[in-house]
Amino acid sequence: MNRTYDFSVNATQFIADDGSLIKPLPSTVDETILLQAYQEMVLIRIFDQKAIALQRTGKLGTYPSSLGQESIGIAIGLAMQACDVFVPYYRDQATQYLRGVSLTEMLQYWGGDERGSHYQNCTQDMPICVPIATQFCHAAGIATAFKIRGEKRVSVVTGGDGSTSKGDFLESLNLSGVWQLPMVMVINNNQWAISTRREVQSHSETLAQKAISAGIPGVQVDGNDFVSLYDAMLTALKRARAGKGPTLIEAISYRLSDHTTADDATRYRSHDELKKGWDREPIKRLRDYLLSLNLWDPDKENQLQEKVKEQVDNAVTAYLAIQPEPATAMFDHLFKKLPAPMQAQYDEVKRLHLS
Amino acid sequence: MNTKVNIRQADTADIKEAPTPVNQTMVEAINLALAHAMEEDENVVMLGEDVGANGGVFRATVDLRQEFGLKRVMDTPLAETLISGITIGMASQGLKPIAEIQFMGFIYAAMEQIVSHASRLRNRTRGRISCPMVIRAPFGGGIHAPEHHSESTEALFAHIPGIRVVVPSSPLRAYGLLLSAIRDPDPVLFLEPKRIYRAVAQPVLDDGKALPLDTCFTLREGSDLTLISWGAMIQETLQAANTLSEKGVSCEVIDVASISPLDTNTLECSAVKTGRCIIIHEAAHSGGVGAEIAAHLAEHCLLDLKAPIKRVTGFDTIMPYLRNEGYYLPSVERIVDAANEVMDF
Ligand SMILES: Cc1ncc(C[n+]2csc(CCOP(=O)(O)OP(=O)(O)O)c2C)c(N)n1
Repeated sequence: MNRTYDFSVNATQFIADDGSLIKPLPSTVDETILLQAYQEMVLIRIFDQKAIALQRTGKLGTYPSSLGQESIGIAIGLAMQACDVFVPYYRDQATQYLRGVSLTEMLQYWGGDERGSHYQNCTQDMPICVPIATQFCHAAGIATAFKIRGEKRVSVVTGGDGSTSKGDFLESLNLSGVWQLPMVMVINNNQWAISTRREVQSHSETLAQKAISAGIPGVQVDGNDFVSLYDAMLTALKRARAGKGPTLIEAISYRLSDHTTADDATRYRSHDELKKGWDREPIKRLRDYLLSLNLWDPDKENQLQEKVKEQVDNAVTAYLAIQPEPATAMFDHLFKKLPAPMQAQYDEVKRLHLS
Repeated sequence: MNTKVNIRQADTADIKEAPTPVNQTMVEAINLALAHAMEEDENVVMLGEDVGANGGVFRATVDLRQEFGLKRVMDTPLAETLISGITIGMASQGLKPIAEIQFMGFIYAAMEQIVSHASRLRNRTRGRISCPMVIRAPFGGGIHAPEHHSESTEALFAHIPGIRVVVPSSPLRAYGLLLSAIRDPDPVLFLEPKRIYRAVAQPVLDDGKALPLDTCFTLREGSDLTLISWGAMIQETLQAANTLSEKGVSCEVIDVASISPLDTNTLECSAVKTGRCIIIHEAAHSGGVGAEIAAHLAEHCLLDLKAPIKRVTGFDTIMPYLRNEGYYLPSVERIVDAANEVMDF
């Protein structure tokens, strides 16, 4: 048989696990952005720790930690432009924060209060959506709208490695190629979908190569190396904005936490594996690199820690002060105007709980 | 009731061989039934997200992989269409697959397979190929979970001909009904009310005895008022029956258990006996299974009724997130209020 197509997938890494440089930094990256990325990553980690503490004391609902994956969200958020639309999945606190979702809003959402998705500062971004992979279709629709209207905007969508098994992902990926949509899909390959290993999701060597079947570029980057993903994002966004179509990026990371606070990963994952995961973690890596350039020092670290803790504490205080919505709130946003036949139910709830 | 029957039978058996009833929660009883079914029939296999190493996110399948191996307890990719679709394929080949959909709120991707294929395969082939499968899904609210983890959409499936919809309300009924569901030659959607997975425990005898499908269970006899419910709401319903009996109202409590096909005979007999009915479910009000039951009773027992049939249900709203979910779920107070209205009619 004649071979009609060959493919390979490039994997990119600039900063190694130990903070040393593997190859020269790309021109898209300078000291300012590295310092900013580092500080934002620290903020998200401290926020994450706080959120888990709140959950453990009954002040927050189930919460999915992003421990060890902070650089993915920060790279996406810093690379995107304000006019773009972000279509998140539930582990995207970092990007959401950079997009303008406040820490208080995030706590509110995970605290079981729908107003947490009413984003005051990024009115076009989609809310978190719990069903796996459905968001890829929404992102394709958003990109289609941009294309129809000739807008130079990009929809950026994320999902876990598990999400690539779903039809929603594959169907959106396929369409993005056919219609050459201004869209960037980032797979956070943190190796696990609850207790299910990456290998159980797909026998393909990389998840990036799924792009090949759609006829679009697929790249794999070290997601724990801020520089790799940030650079790949800029390239993909530029492509999309220039009308050259979508990109699939597989960002390799590792889930250092339980899947959520409702999970216990010790049931299915070895201590050794977790320990190895810590060697790759993104924050220490970038800090080591910055230290080696004398761009960072322990004093700066202390100041940052203090500042960030205060910021997180303020968000928590604000969150805890928010009164729950009244019982009737469940009717208030179901339709723009409550349909007349539902008035009796509304009145019943009011009588039961608000009188 | 069932507890007593089972225990008495055990007493007469050889003590050494007979297993002793042990206190079990519903989720443990489900695990027992699954293990029992896998033990007795090597065609029984299990699949789903996280059912293997993790034993299911609610631990319903815990230890089964160690016991029965990788070929019989399969972790699948995260893909509900696929899970339900391959389950149909396996069932068509004589396996007895039990699929777990992690939460009923994620079953919608699987609906096409369930509605267009599982429910129709036997009819489509005029009996040549059947679909002896079970889809298990935890359902219902009240566990402080995120969105889509609190759905109670049994009515969507009860409307589909060719598929059974079964909801246990206690560890004993979970054990017995799940065994029947697995042994049944047709597809069964087995909905597990997760709010009471661990809330109640009772002695369950692992004797492999099934409970009948397509039948309601009368949990308590009474003469003034019939309370009809299923799943987790049985708890509030029984509490309301206690409160009402203290006030001199004698309540009959019926656990529907098989939502579809519906045992209308038991429901009719009770409606005729008491002349008053309240249906309690946590699913949204409109188009719920309560509407079906009320319509049926109105059609068949109108002249025996002393008061209009009432429904105490969730609202026609989306189940609020955890902070406000308590406002949505029917409370004992709402059931008692409705009972008072019906009694005073
Ligand atoms: C359609 C659907 N099925 C099941 C679930 C339950 N569930 C929530 S998270 C999750 C694992 C997702 O793993 P992955 O996509 O790899 O993302 P990660 O959580 O690892 O970041 C599952 C199975 C769901 N939310 N949606």
